[in-house]
Amino acid sequence: MLASLELIQKSLPALMEGTFVTIRLTLLILAMGLVLGLVFAFGQTYGNRLVRLLVGIYDRVFRSIPELVLLLLVYYGMPALGIRFRPFDAAVVALGLRAAAYMAQIFRGTFMSVGSDQLTAAYSLGMGEFKAFIHVIFPQAIRAFIPPFANEYAIILKDTSLAYAVGVVELLRQGQYIIAVEYNPLAIFLAIAGIYFILTFGVTRLLKRLEKKLKIPGMGV
Amino acid sequence: MPDKPLLEIKNLKKSFGDNLVLDGISFSLNGGETKVIIGPSGTGKSTILKSINRLVEPDDGEIWLEDTEIISCRHINAIRQQIGYVFQDFGLFHHLTVLKNVMIGLTRVKKIPKEEAMKKARYQLDRVGLSGTEHQYPAQLSGGQKQRVAIARALAMEPKLMLFDEPTSALDPELIGEVLTVMKELADSKMTMLVVTHEMGFARSVSDEIIFIEKGSIVEQGPPEKMFRHPVHDRTKEFLFKLEDLYGEGSG
Repeated sequence: MLASLELIQKSLPALMEGTFVTIRLTLLILAMGLVLGLVFAFGQTYGNRLVRLLVGIYDRVFRSIPELVLLLLVYYGMPALGIRFRPFDAAVVALGLRAAAYMAQIFRGTFMSVGSDQLTAAYSLGMGEFKAFIHVIFPQAIRAFIPPFANEYAIILKDTSLAYAVGVVELLRQGQYIIAVEYNPLAIFLAIAGIYFILTFGVTRLLKRLEKKLKIPGMGV
Repeated sequence: MPDKPLLEIKNLKKSFGDNLVLDGISFSLNGGETKVIIGPSGTGKSTILKSINRLVEPDDGEIWLEDTEIISCRHINAIRQQIGYVFQDFGLFHHLTVLKNVMIGLTRVKKIPKEEAMKKARYQLDRVGLSGTEHQYPAQLSGGQKQRVAIARALAMEPKLMLFDEPTSALDPELIGEVLTVMKELADSKMTMLVVTHEMGFARSVSDEIIFIEKGSIVEQGPPEKMFRHPVHDRTKEFLFKLEDLYGEGSG
């Protein structure tokens, strides 16, 4: 027991190094998901038929393929087409494209959650579309956005461990290296699980607090 | 009438698909007048109001607000600032306090400094009897209070014209009175008002003229006493009797 604790302590710097790679992966995938997702959501909400069709196909495809398959396809498959990614980049691209499909749905849902009466009321005061979005739609949509976003963040963070499969030295692989030398899988895997837990639980708790803070008095949700 | 009307509607037409909703509506409203539009549901009453501030784009006709033709006007936001609009379902901004709901048009659209906007907003809230609710949120208010906030929000913009689109239809019966009282006071203060409502008591005691619309056309219009006592058309008589049966006269 004591030996395990000492091992974990000794391994901590290496695990932290892996943790930082995991965090970087998470942030980049999140950023890609948010930016592309927002574009897709606008496309699906306001675009013409062709744009809506294309976004719809994208959504279906990327939500129907296992992430691991997607990742292997990007890393091992694309070079045949002359597109070569480093492992880290392949992970960001593959997982980011998937995240974008989900984020688009989240954005769409939050836009639609703000009733059309709000927009009409804003127009009737003489606000243009931009002002109405900034002062009326966005502040309400952001509140509806937080819970599903927290959920998606947790999924993205945990799924960065798939990058292991293409050789990215993130938290899980860093742990594997230690296990290969020290041979104490229980202690190291537990430590890894603990770090994932803290990253997931800590941030979702923060988001939960933000959600509470932004809650509109008198509103049910 | 010597003066030019404040609002003049000429031959207004609108279809939704194959459904002809407005079939050439014309009437006018002088400054300080209150007119009530009545008629069966689905006959385009709301569409007239929505056309006036272009929440609906009419197909044909003219709408003059003093010297500006609204349908062809390129600066609709400038027009909308001059027309207060009160919705059936309030349309209050859920994320803002009562005070901020009333202030937002002043600060964000009219660009009035915050202090001054706050003063104007408090004045209007006082006018509709809601001093003391400034820091509450819409969801914490009763329906009647919400509608009065909505009226205060519209009034704060100092509009030339107030449009009321069935302002009491979403309210519990016991809350209707407080909203009608505020509207009556507004009419007494010579605000120019166009009201779509089923409240016959209000129409009878407050309006200068009642306009009865059916199937997109004006069947008959005239002062309330004439409309109630000596309507020219049988259809008008029939409709008014039915409404009085349904809604009574007491609530105005």
